[in-house]
Amino acid sequence: MKRKRVRKEFILRLYVSGATPHSTLAIVNIKKICDDHLHGRYHLEVIDIYQELESAKRDQVIAVPTLIKRCPQPLRKLIGDMSNTERVLDGLGVRERQMPGIEP
Amino acid sequence: MAKVKDLVDTLNHASFPKVRTGIEGFDEITAGGLPRGRPTLVYGVAGSGKTVFAMEFLVRGILQYDEPGVYMTFEEGVDDLKENFRSMGFDLADLIARKRLVLDHVTLDRAEMRETGEYSLEGLFARIDQATQLIGAKRIVLDSIEALFAGLSNVVILRAELNRLFRWLKKRKLTAVVTGERGRERLTRHGLEEYASDCVVMLDHRVSEQVSTRRVRIVKYRGSAHGHNEYPFLLTPKGVSIITVSGFALEYKAIDKRISSGITGLDGMLGGKGYFRGSTILISGTAGTGKTSFATSFATAACQRGEKCLYFAFEESASQLTRNLRSIGIDLARWTKQGRLQIRAVRPSRHGLETHLLRMDELAAEFKPSVVVVDPVTPFGPIGTFVDIQVMLTRLIDFLRSSGITVLFTALTPSDVPFEESAAGVSSIIDTWIVQGDRQVGDERVRNLHIVKSRGMAHSLRLANFILTDRGVEVLAAATSVPMEKASRVRHVTVRRNRPGQALET
Repeated sequence: MKRKRVRKEFILRLYVSGATPHSTLAIVNIKKICDDHLHGRYHLEVIDIYQELESAKRDQVIAVPTLIKRCPQPLRKLIGDMSNTERVLDGLGVRERQMPGIEP
Repeated sequence: MAKVKDLVDTLNHASFPKVRTGIEGFDEITAGGLPRGRPTLVYGVAGSGKTVFAMEFLVRGILQYDEPGVYMTFEEGVDDLKENFRSMGFDLADLIARKRLVLDHVTLDRAEMRETGEYSLEGLFARIDQATQLIGAKRIVLDSIEALFAGLSNVVILRAELNRLFRWLKKRKLTAVVTGERGRERLTRHGLEEYASDCVVMLDHRVSEQVSTRRVRIVKYRGSAHGHNEYPFLLTPKGVSIITVSGFALEYKAIDKRISSGITGLDGMLGGKGYFRGSTILISGTAGTGKTSFATSFATAACQRGEKCLYFAFEESASQLTRNLRSIGIDLARWTKQGRLQIRAVRPSRHGLETHLLRMDELAAEFKPSVVVVDPVTPFGPIGTFVDIQVMLTRLIDFLRSSGITVLFTALTPSDVPFEESAAGVSSIIDTWIVQGDRQVGDERVRNLHIVKSRGMAHSLRLANFILTDRGVEVLAAATSVPMEKASRVRHVTVRRNRPGQALET
C-alpha cells in the first residue's frame, strides 16, 4: 500500500449559547479531543448563536451546542456537549485512522 | 356530575379571548376562532390540508386582522410555499417585503448529524424569537414541528424542549397553530397533543371513487363551546371553506311567505298556496314524466313575479331546453332576454363535485336569484358517491337557504329502484317532495303525481293526474287539500290502491 497519506486540515465551527453548562462543557470537551487526535491540524471557531444568529441560521443550527465539520468532507453536524468521545471521533471521521489494518 | 363540571369549566373560561382565523366557516364552528395567545394543534393525514389551513390562518390574520405572523416550515421550502400559495392569491413575497410575514425554513438532515451528549433547542428558540421580534408577530405556525423527531433521536431532551417551547409561546402570548401527522395509537405520531392541549383540530381527507371529501372536526376546545360534528370542507381557489351544515350557522329564519309552483292545480294540492319561500323542493320521477316541465313552470312563475331565477341544466343545453319547453307554452327566451332567467347548462362530468359546487355558489352570489333550479341532480351519480352528492346538496341548500333562496331540484329515478330507497338520505334536507309517475290506462300513458311530504303545511295526499298542454302543465284531478291531521289515515289507502310498488314508511 503506497497510498500517500494526506494530513487533512479540519475546519470546525462550534455553536454555543452563552455560558450555559452544555456550552462550556462542549468547548472543554472538543478542545481536548482535538488536541488529542487532531493536534496541529485543526481550526476551531467558537460562535455564540446570540451574537451571530444569521450564521447559525445559515448553518441550520437548531440544537446547541452544535459542532460543524465543514472540512474534510462530508459535512457533519455533531450535536450535544461532546461528552461522548467515541461518537465525536466517529462523527469527525477520525476513528478509522486508528483502526488496525489501515496505516498507523 | 361530569356535565356540571363541564359547565363550570365553560363558565370559568368563558372569558377566554379568541382570535378569528378568517377561514370560512371555521370561526362559526368554534364560536369565534382559536384561543388567543395559545397553541392549537391541527393534525391530519398527509394531504389533508394542514398547510393550507395554517397558512390561511396566518395570511388572513395579516390581511384582515392586522396581526403579523411567522411561518416556521420544517418541511416545504420557502420557494415552494410562495409558489403554491400564489395560485390562491396569497402574495407571500409581498407580505414578507412589507415585514408582515416571516417565512423560515428549518431543515434537519439526520444523515449528517451525530449526537454526542446533552443539548438544548436554543438554536430554534433564538430563531423563532428573532423572527417574531422582527415583525411584532401575534401569530405563529410551526409546520410541522414533528420533523424534529425525525431529525433528533434523544426523545427525552426533545420532549422537555417542546414543553419549554410551548410554555415560551404562551408566555409570549403568541396564537400558534402547530401541525402534526395523524398517529395510530395517539392523535399524532409523536403525541403533540400533550403540549398543545387547549384546542385540537382534526383534518381528514378521504378519497372514494376518485372523489375526495375533506372533513374537519374540533376534537377538543378547552373552555369553549364548539360544534362536535365532522364538517365537510373544500379546498377552494380562495382557501379552506368549511361547510357548516349543522353548525352554529344553522339558524335560518323560517319564512312564512308562500310562492306559486307555477301550476295552479299543484298550488291547490299544496294547501292552495304553493311552496314556502326559502324552502327546498324535490321533484322526482322516472324518465319522461315531466320533471323539467314542473321545474320550468316554477322558474317562469318566479320571473312573472319580477324575480330572478338561476337555472342549472345538466342534461340539456339552454337552446334545447328553450325549444322543448316552447311546445308546452313555456317561453323561457322571453325571460332570459329580460335578464330574469339565467340558464347554465353544464356537463356534470366535466368537473369534480367541489368545482361544481363552487361555481354554483359563485353564480348564485353574482346573479342574486330568488329561485334556483337544479335540473336534474342525478347525473352527478357517476362522479361522486351518494354521500358526496348528499354533502354537496346539503352544502348548496345551506348556502342558498341562508340567503333566503328557494331551491327546486329534479331527480331521475331508475324505474326498477323504489325511490324511497335511492333518496333516503336526501329526504331529510327536502321540505317538499313531489313524486311523479305514469301508468297505463288502456292504450294511453297517464302521468300522475303525489306529494310525499311537505313540511309545515296542509297538503293533499291524493294521487293526481296531470297533462302537458300547449298552455303548460295542467293538474287534472286537482284534489282538495286534506288537513295534516288526517294525513296518516288517508295515506295508506292512497298508496295501496294506486302505487303498490312504492309503499311508504308507515
